[in-house]
Amino acid sequence: MRHIGTPSLAAPLVAIVALTIACSQSTSVEAAPRLTPEKERKPAPDFTLRDANGATVRLSDYRGKVVLLDFWATWCTPCQVEIPWFVEFEQSLKGKGFAVVGVSMDEDGWDVVRPYIRKRGINYRILLGDDHTAELYGGVEALPTTLLLDRNGRIAAVHKGLASDKDGFLHEITELLGARRAGTGSADGGNAILARAK
Amino acid sequence: MAATQFSRGQSSAAAALSLGEVQTLGAPRGQTARLTLTLYVRAGFHVNSNKPNDDYLIPLRLTWDKGPLEPGEVEFPEPQLEKSGFSDKPLSVYSGTFHVVTAFRAPAEAMPGPAAITGKLRYQACNNRECLPPRTMDIRVPVEIR
Repeated sequence: MRHIGTPSLAAPLVAIVALTIACSQSTSVEAAPRLTPEKERKPAPDFTLRDANGATVRLSDYRGKVVLLDFWATWCTPCQVEIPWFVEFEQSLKGKGFAVVGVSMDEDGWDVVRPYIRKRGINYRILLGDDHTAELYGGVEALPTTLLLDRNGRIAAVHKGLASDKDGFLHEITELLGARRAGTGSADGGNAILARAK
Repeated sequence: MAATQFSRGQSSAAAALSLGEVQTLGAPRGQTARLTLTLYVRAGFHVNSNKPNDDYLIPLRLTWDKGPLEPGEVEFPEPQLEKSGFSDKPLSVYSGTFHVVTAFRAPAEAMPGPAAITGKLRYQACNNRECLPPRTMDIRVPVEIR
């Protein structure tokens, strides 16, 4: 994968993305993506958990995709703000090498999580987390904690607590999605992905 | 079923709510004694009240173990209704300092002398950006049965 910070292709891509958003959202201040430089990214610890259908899921199954990994719980009120954003991202970017994976940290398990998934119309995969999983990620001291993983399964960004806005996530996701396309010389860079997502 | 306490988050979560000094409760036999627990919520945080406005939220709950005194109903203060950006409904919470009262009856046949009552306070704290995992605080109150 190309280093996203390489100026030749990535910088113009980021500029185009920023311009696209600035034009579409004239009243908001847009945050620039704050991704960890590619060479400094650490591998996301792999884990195996079950989803709401009982299927066994490994995080490494998602290798090759950009993943938004969200540690959350039904009792977490700030998480309620982000969930509709993630539903949108999943809907608009699912076919573009992107996936949202939610890891619920609810002690009461599927008895509370399944009804919540239905109530909130969550369209992305939810796994039931445990202490071991949390410890792999440094303990997950507070919720929500959201990570963005690049296509190689490395941690590109960590958001502890409620993110300031949806567009910040979208910038970062778009940059990660656009990285390979930019690297292969495809004309369909992050700006086009972002335009379709919005 | 998952059992999660986010073990390494214990320290920060525990600090969100603390218990004030607990005095020895004097309990005359055959009478009722009122125990007041003073609780401090870390600045910027709140804990859900005993009756949160959403079924998914974890209520504040105080339970007492079987012991030398018979606990009555736990009395919680009126909650604060905090408007948040998270929900149309205001959150029913406690912040700052608040008091929880329990009336205990000392049986007439109770053995006079020192004793203790123990209980657990279950709570879950958040601020306007994040939530800490639910925690259970062990409570021990020295008692002097007279």
